[in-house]
Formats: sequence, C-alpha cells, structure tokens
Amino acid sequence: MRPAGRAETDSLYFDYPHFDAPKERSHLDAPAPVAIVGAGPVGMTAALALARDGIASVIFDAKSTFNDGSRAICVARQSYYILERLGAVAPFLEKSLGWTTGRSFYRGQQILEFRMPDSPREKYRPMYNIEQQYIEQYLWDAIEREPLIEARWQSEVTAIDDLADAVRLTVRDPNGSYDISADWVLAADGARSTLRKMRGLKLKGENYEGRYVIADVQMDHDYPTIRRALFDPDCRRGGTVLVHKQPDNIWRIDYQLREGENETDAIAEENVRTSVAAVLADLGFTGDWELEWWSVYSANTLALDDYRDGRTFFIGDSAHIVPIFGVRGLNNGLADAQNIAWKLARVIKGQAAEVLLDSYTPERRGATLDVFANASKSARFMTPPTPGWQLMRNAALNLSLTHPFAGELANPRQMTPYTYADSPIVLPDDPGFDGGPVPGAPLPEARVGDGYLSDCLGPGFTLITFDPGLAETVADSDLATVVLQPGSEVAEVLAAGLGSAYLVRPDGHVASRWTRPSSALVCEALNRSLGKDRK
Amino acid sequence: MTPGEVETVYEALALNLDAVGATRRELFLAKLALLLSYDLGDADRVCLRIEEAARNIDH
Ligand SMILES: Cc1cc2nc3c(=O)[nH]c(=O)nc-3n(C[C@H](O)[C@H](O)[C@H](O)COP(=O)(O)OP(=O)(O)OC[C@H]3O[C@@H](n4cnc5c(N)ncnc54)[C@H](O)[C@@H]3O)c2cc1C
Repeated sequence: MRPAGRAETDSLYFDYPHFDAPKERSHLDAPAPVAIVGAGPVGMTAALALARDGIASVIFDAKSTFNDGSRAICVARQSYYILERLGAVAPFLEKSLGWTTGRSFYRGQQILEFRMPDSPREKYRPMYNIEQQYIEQYLWDAIEREPLIEARWQSEVTAIDDLADAVRLTVRDPNGSYDISADWVLAADGARSTLRKMRGLKLKGENYEGRYVIADVQMDHDYPTIRRALFDPDCRRGGTVLVHKQPDNIWRIDYQLREGENETDAIAEENVRTSVAAVLADLGFTGDWELEWWSVYSANTLALDDYRDGRTFFIGDSAHIVPIFGVRGLNNGLADAQNIAWKLARVIKGQAAEVLLDSYTPERRGATLDVFANASKSARFMTPPTPGWQLMRNAALNLSLTHPFAGELANPRQMTPYTYADSPIVLPDDPGFDGGPVPGAPLPEARVGDGYLSDCLGPGFTLITFDPGLAETVADSDLATVVLQPGSEVAEVLAAGLGSAYLVRPDGHVASRWTRPSSALVCEALNRSLGKDRK
Repeated sequence: MTPGEVETVYEALALNLDAVGATRRELFLAKLALLLSYDLGDADRVCLRIEEAARNIDH
C-alpha cells in the first residue's frame, strides 16, 4: 500500500517500467520446450538459468510491470553465486548494501551483537540488502539480453492440461486467448499460485501467531547497514521491531501488532505513520522522513508435499511459504530455480536421465524444511505462540541484560547453508576425509591466485583435483577439470591431501569426493549425478 | 550438597519468591532455571531434571 494520492507503482525512488502484451501474434501458439508461469524473481531466474544451459523458454506474467513494493530485501551470499552464474551479479554488487552484523536490543539496551560467518577468503558478504524492484529489474535486464527467452506480459495462464508427452496452457491477454503446449512447465506464480489450485494441490504446514506491519520509509538516517531487532521497546511494549537499511536512503521497519489489534485499523495510513514515528523516536531519529510503501504479513511455514506434479514443477513461493524473519523466502526460491534448471536442461539435451528430475523435490523440499526448522525458532522467539514460550522468551531477554549467553537465544541464525544429505543423486562420503564439505554441501570459498575457487568452476560439472595425472584421464563435454596446488588455502579448506578430488555440480554443491579417486570413480559419480545409473 | 546446604538454597528461594512478588515469580524461576542450567553445562541432565520436575505436579 502507498500513501493517499499515490498510485500503486508511484515510488519515491524507483521508476516502474510498463510492459505491453505481445503484439505479434502469429507464433503465440508455437510449442515451447519450457513454459514458465510467473515473471517474479524466481521465474526470471529459472529462465536465465535454462538459457545459460542453452534451453529456450517462454515466460508469462499476468501483470504489466514488476511486483509492487520492495518486499524481499535480504539476499544471501549463496544467491549471489546464483546471480553470478547467470551473468547478472554486477549491478547487484553495485547497488546493494552488504552486511555481516546484527544487533538486538531489549527495552533499549543492547543484549547481543552477532556476526554472520565472513572472512577474507569469502568472495561475497553473508548478506546484501536491496529492494525487490531492483532484484527484478536487474534480472529483467539480463533477460532482455538473452535471445533464448521470450517474455509475454499481461498474459495470464488460465488453464493447464496434461497431454500425452506435454502440457497445454491456456493463456489470456488483452488481445485474446490461445493455447500453447510445452514439454515442461515451471510454476513460478507465487504464494497464491493459480497453477497449484488448478492442479488440485495444497500447501501444508503451520500458521504462526503474530502479525507484522512492514513499512519502508525514506530518511537521512546515519546508521551502518546493521540489522537491528528491538524486543519490547518503548514504542511497542510487548512487541518486536526490526530495522533494516536499504539503498536509496530507504529503511525497512517491521513492527509487530499487538494481540487483538485490528488489522484493518493497523494498516490505515494514519496509524502506520504514528507507529513508524514512534519507532523512529526510539531510534533517536529526529529528522524528516517520507512514507514509501507498507504491507502486513503473518508468519507461515507451508509447503507442498511434492514439488513435482507430472511435467509441472513448482518453484519459489508457489511451492513454499516461509516466515520472513529467516529472510529465506526469496533466497530459497532462487535456489529452487537454479536446481530445477540445470537438471531439466540436461534432461532436455539428452545428457541426463529423466529420473534425475525426481531429485528436485527431496533436495529443495529438504532445504525448505530446514528453513522451517530455523525460521520456526526465530518466529517463536519474535512472537511467542503460547504462555510457555512467552515466559521463556521473556526470561531469556531479562537474563541477557546481565548474562550475554542468554542473548544468544535472540540470534536469528539466518545463514546456515543447506546440505543435500537425503538426495538420490548425492554419493556417500569417503570416510578418509577429516573435515571439508561433505557430499551434498555447497562448495566453500577459498582464495586461488588473485581470484577465488568459485572463479575456477566450469559452466557444468567441475572436477577439482590436486593431481594433474587424474585430470588427464577423465574427459566429458559437461565436465571441467581444475588442478590446484596441494598445501594451498583451497587444499586446506577442502581438507584435501595430494591425491584427493572433488566433483562439483553445476549448482556449486559437492556431488562426491574421494581421497583416492580414479577416472572410473569420477565417471560413476557423474552418471549418478545425472540419474544415468537408474535409467 | 549436604542437607544443610540444600536448606540454605531452599530458604533463599522462598525469601526471593516472596520478595519478587506474585506477578514476577514465574519469570524469576525461569531466569534461575536458565542460569543454573548454563552453570551445570549438561543439557541432557537438565532435560532429565525438567521431566522429573513435571512429574506428580498435580498430586
Ligand atoms: C508483502 C511481502 C513482503 C515480503 N517480504 C519479504 C522479505 O522481507 N524477505 C523475503 O525473503 N521475502 C519476503 N517476501 C517474499 C518474497 O517477496 C517472495 O519470496 C518472492 O517474491 C517470491 O518470488 P516468486 O517469483 O516465487 O513469486 P512472486 O514474486 O510472487 O511472483 C509471482 C509472479 O507470478 C505472476 N502470476 C501469478 N499467477 C499468474 C498466472 N496465472 N499467469 C501468469 N502470471 C501469474 C504474478 O503476477 C507474479 O509476478 C515478501 C512477500 C510479500 C508479499
């Protein structure tokens, strides 16, 4: 919502583009290898990731512009790697504000300062703040440079039917309606997914107590990019407030509504202004500010049982809704897009067996459940659901005034990279390793020469070895080999001895590793990673 | 702990439960439980004691 007198996309700092419906209509019903429904950040990421692997797609969105309001603002390190692989990270780095630190306050007194894992061997900061409009804009800029993607705006998908070896979508735009068939469909149509409803699928899980208003204000506030959490502050006794800095002097303020506080009243402009003013007073800010946009949300942990339904895959918010305290909604969706894209591309190109696609749900739903576990902890601390949780939360906060260990309970734990442990395509670990990333874990970063380990990875799979002999014996068009120095920083991070090797997937997760590899073992692991062992 | 020491703790608790007042008693006990658990440094043992403390509570 925006202040009275301003249209939905009338922003203080962002010019929303306007997209027309397709004018040239003769080709609209031509079959597509992949149809993507929804050009939000997740759908656009999927289209770019497919294009990177040479796969064409058509992407539909019912709207004529980007999502309204800044919504998701925290983009995690892992997502920057995804953006980098899409060739889209440069504008993000230029615009966004990187951060590592969070501070929690209880009744005005600081009780915790936490730092997310960071070090000079990391290429990217643990988290970056950037408004969702820019996320969508920069992804869109990359799409416009990409001939393999055809975007159709103002084009709403109104029906979906399974054919023998394809899916038929019915699309309506201002100039008419048509059918298009696609070999595969990615449903990236958001939390209220119409495809999900049309397929008769339901999200399952829990709704949490506690509703928050999120408001963006523009102001000249002198404070570094540090996440602030205010527990039980003067401006909102009994409630919790979060404050985040964004580019363009925009500040995100989330404040919890009191129990019984009427939602309709709470989101009336006047009341939002009063509540925001009280928060700003608590922060010691006395200057002028302008209200940009606001909205209201409650925390949910909801997911589909299976992210795959025949030839349709659910990615992003259509598949799962996570509480935003974990700042994983968007980040999780980007990883979905990357995960399904590299698999689908290889199935379409005949490089992988179709059964590979069955690894999408266990990997990405597993990651969602992990987010749920962490986010549920945060949610219970931010908005205790019952008297028991409330008492313990208050006890921890009260104790933290004198004993810092209790303040640690207020740590939101936003950065725990997920390991695909229960994946059918991840191989068991080699017990010979003492440390380093296990199969399924994301490859950690390390410095290599003037750059980083991630810079050495190929476009598909990568074999990391410390033995030039091994590199010479394996050859596959989808496999790049990197020979690194034993005893180097990388070797240390990977706990790798002279003969050790790692096989890394296109999404940067470790597929397999060996202390005593052979070309036969590498081939076997590559086949397994492509589902070719289970044809 | 000797019976005498247990008694010292027992008395200190009783006095402080009265001193903090009816509306703060629960909070006080919850804080104390966290503090003592931290000192004990043994989560399994604390969880066992939590279970034991819940027994016979309606007796
Ligand atoms: C108010 C609000 C605040 C949020 N705050 C945060 C936050 O602070 N942190 C965080 O991590 N996440 C936050 N989120 C969540 C985050 O915005 C989402 O996770 C993210 O936008 C998901 O992207 P998506 O591409 O999956 O879906 P969306 O961005 O919802 O995109 C779905 C797209 O599909 C289109 N579409 C829908 N149906 C059809 C159809 N039938 N045919 C064609 N097109 C269709 C829509 O027009 C839309 O463009 C917030 C969300 C909201 C609503």
